[in-house]
Amino acid sequence: MPTYNFQVNGEPVSVDAPADLALLWVLRDKLGITGPKYGCGVNVCKACTCLVNNKAVQTCVTPVSSVAGKRVVTIEGLADGDTLHPVQQAWLDLDVPQCGFCQPGQIMNAVALLKTKRNPSDADIDAIENICRCATYGRIRQAIKNAAAAMP
Amino acid sequence: MNRRTFLTGTATSVAIGRRRLLRAAASAPVITAAGLATPSTAEAAPLPLTPPDSVDYEDVGDSIIQASAPTIANVRLKLGPDGVYTFEMPRLEQGTGIATALAMMIAEEAGVTLDKVKVHSADAQPNLEAGQITGGSCTLRAFDPYIKEMVLRARAAAGLPPQAGAPADPAQYQVIGKRYRKLDARDIVTGKKRFTMDQDVPGAVPTMCRMPSQIRGTVVSVNNLDAVRKMPGVLDVVVVPAGGFVVKIPPAVAVMAETFGQAYDACRALDITWGDGNMRGQSDATIQAQLKAAIAPLVDSPPGTMTVEGEFEWPAATACPLEVECAIADVRPGSAEIWAGLQSPIITLQSTAAELGLPESSVTVHCIPSGGSFGRRLFWDPVQVAAQVSRLTGRICKLMYHRSDDIRHTRLRPPQYHKVRAALNPPTPLTPGNVLSYQQHIGIVRLDARHGFGNKGSAVPAGTPPDAIQTPVNQEYEEAFFDTMVSSPYNFGANDKAIYPVALEMNTVSYRSVHIMPARTCEEIIVDEIAAALHRDPVDFRLEFLRLPRAKAVLQRVAGAAQWGKAMAPGFAQGVGVHMESRSFSAAIVELDARDPLNCKVTRVTLVIDVGKPVNPSGIEQQCHGGIAEAISLVLKTGLTIRDGGVLEGSYNQYTFARMVDFPKAVEIIIMPNLGDPIAGMGEVAMSAPAGAIANAYARATRIKPRKFPLNARPAFTPTPPGQLPVPPTV
Repeated sequence: MPTYNFQVNGEPVSVDAPADLALLWVLRDKLGITGPKYGCGVNVCKACTCLVNNKAVQTCVTPVSSVAGKRVVTIEGLADGDTLHPVQQAWLDLDVPQCGFCQPGQIMNAVALLKTKRNPSDADIDAIENICRCATYGRIRQAIKNAAAAMP
Repeated sequence: MNRRTFLTGTATSVAIGRRRLLRAAASAPVITAAGLATPSTAEAAPLPLTPPDSVDYEDVGDSIIQASAPTIANVRLKLGPDGVYTFEMPRLEQGTGIATALAMMIAEEAGVTLDKVKVHSADAQPNLEAGQITGGSCTLRAFDPYIKEMVLRARAAAGLPPQAGAPADPAQYQVIGKRYRKLDARDIVTGKKRFTMDQDVPGAVPTMCRMPSQIRGTVVSVNNLDAVRKMPGVLDVVVVPAGGFVVKIPPAVAVMAETFGQAYDACRALDITWGDGNMRGQSDATIQAQLKAAIAPLVDSPPGTMTVEGEFEWPAATACPLEVECAIADVRPGSAEIWAGLQSPIITLQSTAAELGLPESSVTVHCIPSGGSFGRRLFWDPVQVAAQVSRLTGRICKLMYHRSDDIRHTRLRPPQYHKVRAALNPPTPLTPGNVLSYQQHIGIVRLDARHGFGNKGSAVPAGTPPDAIQTPVNQEYEEAFFDTMVSSPYNFGANDKAIYPVALEMNTVSYRSVHIMPARTCEEIIVDEIAAALHRDPVDFRLEFLRLPRAKAVLQRVAGAAQWGKAMAPGFAQGVGVHMESRSFSAAIVELDARDPLNCKVTRVTLVIDVGKPVNPSGIEQQCHGGIAEAISLVLKTGLTIRDGGVLEGSYNQYTFARMVDFPKAVEIIIMPNLGDPIAGMGEVAMSAPAGAIANAYARATRIKPRKFPLNARPAFTPTPPGQLPVPPTV
């Protein structure tokens, strides 16, 4: 079984895994990182979204072989110690989550969006496909705008 | 059980209990009440609802409150030496904010700040008997009368005198009515909240399964067992045995592997011969035809009156919480331990013990806060599967359904067909006209309510005899749900609402709002059509015919806030809906972009809600947002397709629940102030007013009567072949 070396939340990791094993299961089943969630397995619900080299990636359809040598950030790696990332803080300030299951994916996707668009438009936010069955959409829209305003 | 009545051949209304009698009444010669056909000034005023709505006196929430009351002393609230109250909540936190709201109510009563209250999820606690079920949007209602006693007991146990208690005047509340974020919000945004599949249970083995090609089909043979057992990472493959106590164990073939990814690959590789289920040959059209045929004919309108009527079709729907069905089971020779998100944990424990042949005292069930539920987790089928797999393999089973099977083999909101007829006195130069009678008969696939009140005492009778698709007690429960949930807000004279359950072997469940949302949405559509027939404005008409002042108050408030009647561009329209449920009152006005009638979009929602005693405004707003998204999804966008005994949809791109782009950018939620009314329900209650409003906006914008849901065109898709799992796309 091949070995893959990459970074997760700033730490180097080395994982023995089949080349086609989805990153989601490497994170969850081999590394015990449970923030990224399974919701569909077919890149539809986006609950498994993480950052790979600063881009949003759906880990349920990302083979581990494709992240060798790259930097993976999960929801657990977003805060700086006790200081939340501005997106997390905006989420907290607006009391966005309901059940919370989709929120790691929602937050990681918002972080990725703000890396490419400093002030995302409503159309940019409309393009977010992450499912939230509780319907936190209205507060997510506002939280993204608040985070954009708060980010340096 | 059926408390609706109908106006019969005399001018008096008499209660007729059973559908049998209603059928007899309906088949009698055309009924005319002398004098009713000729309008007079006296008859133009709204006729009182006859009989008065039974839901006004006893609703499903009341029955759950009453069922919880005898064991309330067994609910655990402890006060520690650090001054912190710890509450073992015997309910499932599924995202509706009950943990936070109950903590606020405890803090108010105890006179402490919210940080001095901790809430844990109670394990299944059989000594609560019928007092540990989450449903009916009544959790806060159920605990409100007992918070004082619970705090008193906690203080007494800590050697402290009785508390001063919550202020009598709501204006003096320190905690209740203020905005608080969810207790677990920080854990959620940092990824620390642990759902069932995130639990750290050493030795738990990832497990996935394949489910049949039809609903409740069978496993005939697994044709490549040895080959799949040799696949990388695979630890075991087992056929889940038939059986089941109260409800049947789902038919499935399960694979254990080192990772879920490998279990999924092995599941897809299984070559299985499936057998038919009892739904073989059934499709949407055949199901709807049976539902329609099951309904007793409506009584004709008396001569000289006008008739407004409609027939409505609702497809099956799935709760599809984002956390798929899952459970961890550790079954040993003399004991079992379970972890799962459960709305009915006690019967889960009791039936697991029965299915494993263990004494109940040897089974522990940990109830884990879930990623949504919406009624789905009233049943515990993943626990049944996981327990059998653990028993057969001797390993700890960490089972997760694939999303595709979670949709195809889930428990469904039953498909239903509604026939509605209202008889009106037409307007004359002297009188404005009124409504003489309102009939709504619903053919519905039988609702599975065998969870009862979540304990053996109420569930076993409903599950007897075990192989029956519809048991007499289950039907009693279903009719009781209907009769104690579906309320009539209007003075429409003789009132007759009834259900006609059709026993099909579908897995159904009390999907959010159960019978209420479809029934009330149809009624709100007919109300608009009645108003049009009487040449009345929909809001003015409702204000005249609503029975209760609080219903009128929310409507008046929303009409002002939403600028009812403002000019709208061609293809756009406003629509209004009013609703009462679980003692809450709500009214919504939406704006709909219906320029493309097959792709309508809600652009603005104003929703006013009166919950009597608002506990956490932030949480109330969230539940209203959820209700709006449910309404958009089920009225406009989605439903399930049943073909040849199985569900075709397999994920959110096919079952198109509302996404960000579908949720209106302009949403205003107005919470009516606390005027001292009793605490009312919240979770499900915000669906129906916006649902009616959307349908009515659609009718006003398009001049098409909304009759078959969803109203928008559903996307074409290529379904994954029945009995198989989708191939993950490569990125």
